[in-house]
Amino acid sequence: MTRLHAILSHGVPKLLIMASAMMAPIAQGADAPAAKAPTLAPFFAPASAQPKATDADGFLQRWLLLEPVEKPNRTNTVFTGSYVRQAFGTPPFTGSFTTLPRDGQKVSVAGKPLAWHALDSSLFDVKLFNFASGLGKPTYGVIFWAVTVVNSPREMQGVRLAVGSNSASMWWLNGQETATLFGDRRMVMDDVVSASITLHKGRNILRGAVINGPGLSDFCVRFVDEKGRAITDITTSTR
Amino acid sequence: MNILTAAASCLVLMAACSGVAHAQQLAGEPYIHDPSTMTLSDGKYYTFGTGRGGLVSEDGWTWHAGGERPGGGVAPDVIKIGERYYVAYAVGGGGMSGGHASQVKIMWTRTLDPKSPDFGYHDVGVVASSDGVENHDAIDPAFLMADGHLWLSYGTYFGSIRIIELDPATGQRMAGNQPVDIAIDMEATALMYRDGWYYLLGTHGTCCDGPNSSYNIRVGRSRSPTGLYVDNMGIPLLKGGGKLVVAGRGRVYGPGHFGLIDLGGGMEKFSMHYEADMDRSGRSVLGIQPLLWRDGWPAAGANIPAGTYEIQSERSGGALELDVDFVRINFERQRGFFGPPTTPVGPIANLTLEQDSAAWPQGPLAVDLGDYMIKPHQQWSVEPVAGGYMGAPYYKILIAGTTRALAATADGKLVADAAFSGTAGQLWRIDQLTDGSYRITPRLQPTSGGEVALVAAGASTPVLARFDPASDAGRWTFQTP
Repeated sequence: MTRLHAILSHGVPKLLIMASAMMAPIAQGADAPAAKAPTLAPFFAPASAQPKATDADGFLQRWLLLEPVEKPNRTNTVFTGSYVRQAFGTPPFTGSFTTLPRDGQKVSVAGKPLAWHALDSSLFDVKLFNFASGLGKPTYGVIFWAVTVVNSPREMQGVRLAVGSNSASMWWLNGQETATLFGDRRMVMDDVVSASITLHKGRNILRGAVINGPGLSDFCVRFVDEKGRAITDITTSTR
Repeated sequence: MNILTAAASCLVLMAACSGVAHAQQLAGEPYIHDPSTMTLSDGKYYTFGTGRGGLVSEDGWTWHAGGERPGGGVAPDVIKIGERYYVAYAVGGGGMSGGHASQVKIMWTRTLDPKSPDFGYHDVGVVASSDGVENHDAIDPAFLMADGHLWLSYGTYFGSIRIIELDPATGQRMAGNQPVDIAIDMEATALMYRDGWYYLLGTHGTCCDGPNSSYNIRVGRSRSPTGLYVDNMGIPLLKGGGKLVVAGRGRVYGPGHFGLIDLGGGMEKFSMHYEADMDRSGRSVLGIQPLLWRDGWPAAGANIPAGTYEIQSERSGGALELDVDFVRINFERQRGFFGPPTTPVGPIANLTLEQDSAAWPQGPLAVDLGDYMIKPHQQWSVEPVAGGYMGAPYYKILIAGTTRALAATADGKLVADAAFSGTAGQLWRIDQLTDGSYRITPRLQPTSGGEVALVAAGASTPVLARFDPASDAGRWTFQTP
């Protein structure tokens, strides 16, 4: 987001054209950083068979992520509620929002096959930009779909879904719309907190979609209790 | 001043925020993006932005294009250490053409004045870089000299903000020093040190889109320069936290790129750029506002907007007033105190200016401090006039509805002149202090003995005397009348 957003959304601003024109090329040699190819590591590792505990702050780190769906946007300022709802209105999968895809399963979007990947995030947040770049997929002007199974040891009433995302996103728990983050968002933990909800004992399906124009894209998700404390005695899985 | 008073004065300002713009917009051609920390050199203030040049000002209010900074690139910063002005700047990165490979470079000069024989930049070299693939973009450097250590934060929205330590003697990176991530999703950072806390300020939101830019400045703090920086809710800046310092207001949108201006004597201000000045076709301009401190957190103050106020002493609570006879307001005493509850009531007019001023003497009048009684001789019209000083315009202070002007005389006395003529003695600086109260200083200063300001020498006696930042005697608030 931020500077890059504006550059891509409105062409290079005059001021930055001036700045760019005056820039010296990056020197090659001792000061020049070595180029590397983007990889999923260290941001992601393949999901294991065993359910994964949350991190110490309750963040959910295991997700099925669909390779990015191209949705060109030169700015994130267009992500109004109505725009985002329309953009997410035709999910690239069949069945209900509680249907769980399989790792490696492919779906066709506009004639392009896109695969689901079961991954563990090494960080509290899920670096969608690095997911896309690590797979050699488009990083800007895209929609990411994410789904995970939240395993609860008991029925938990009065909990809230707490989400931060870059940029806009929507979230559904067990098929019900639970949280929306519209507008040109930057990610901050607990940015939007849902109304009071119930986690069923056993499996709960949490699905989300994140749309981004230019700039980095990521999200962080956890559940908190009525006092805002992290819920950490749940696990996530992708089967 | 206590917190309650600060809050009250802030409420006064907020109520009048629609009139803030004029007192907030600098004069001249203050067009800049990503201004560096304002630096005094050879009697002039300099700030440099993205690109080669910068702005220069002799008084801190009127700014013109000026200054020379070779190297181009984005978002420089400047700090003076000893006889050297160190300049940090970034080349590459910033998402230009989609790239995030960048280098932070350092150079120094003995003066920022291009006309000085001492002017000339000496290259120190690269102190930080990003490879274009990692989640980091080494741009937007910012210096902090604290406790004998020289720190440099840098980075932008693309990944992490990092900090490194430099050698203040050379500007080079300290041997063996490794960068530390201290925040994410932030850009245009700045560092401050106060009372044992390190403060990391940075800009959230989107820039470069005029009045649609959502830039705003946020802060977190840490006991260590390398973090962990958290906001007022304890949310780490590494997880997106940040307490708001300043957002757009009035006619200026999208503040970003904080720079501290420590003027001493309990007075701090900060520079920034606004993404859009709506009175200048939405161009990006330099901005300067007072900096307040509340419960250990920095917050944006504001220059006094034009309006009519009681000017209240923090020492005594006394209202600055013309020293004239008290005029009673007629009312039915028995109704006011002993009337039965069923007696009809109705409005009583405040004392009018005409009633209050009927017996005022001609010519200059003395001023004093009295209990505030909502009298016209206690109500001052405060209005910016042409010219200014660091980040604020000069003001004229007149009894509302009259031409009687608060003035300093050539021999250092405080009076209310019969008419405003715009002389230096009738022009005032009104500087918001870090606790939210104000210092009121005449433009006309004595030729010796140091600067004087409006001070309550006694509970009821205002004079022009040296300002003591440790005392409430020289602190004033502007209250709605």
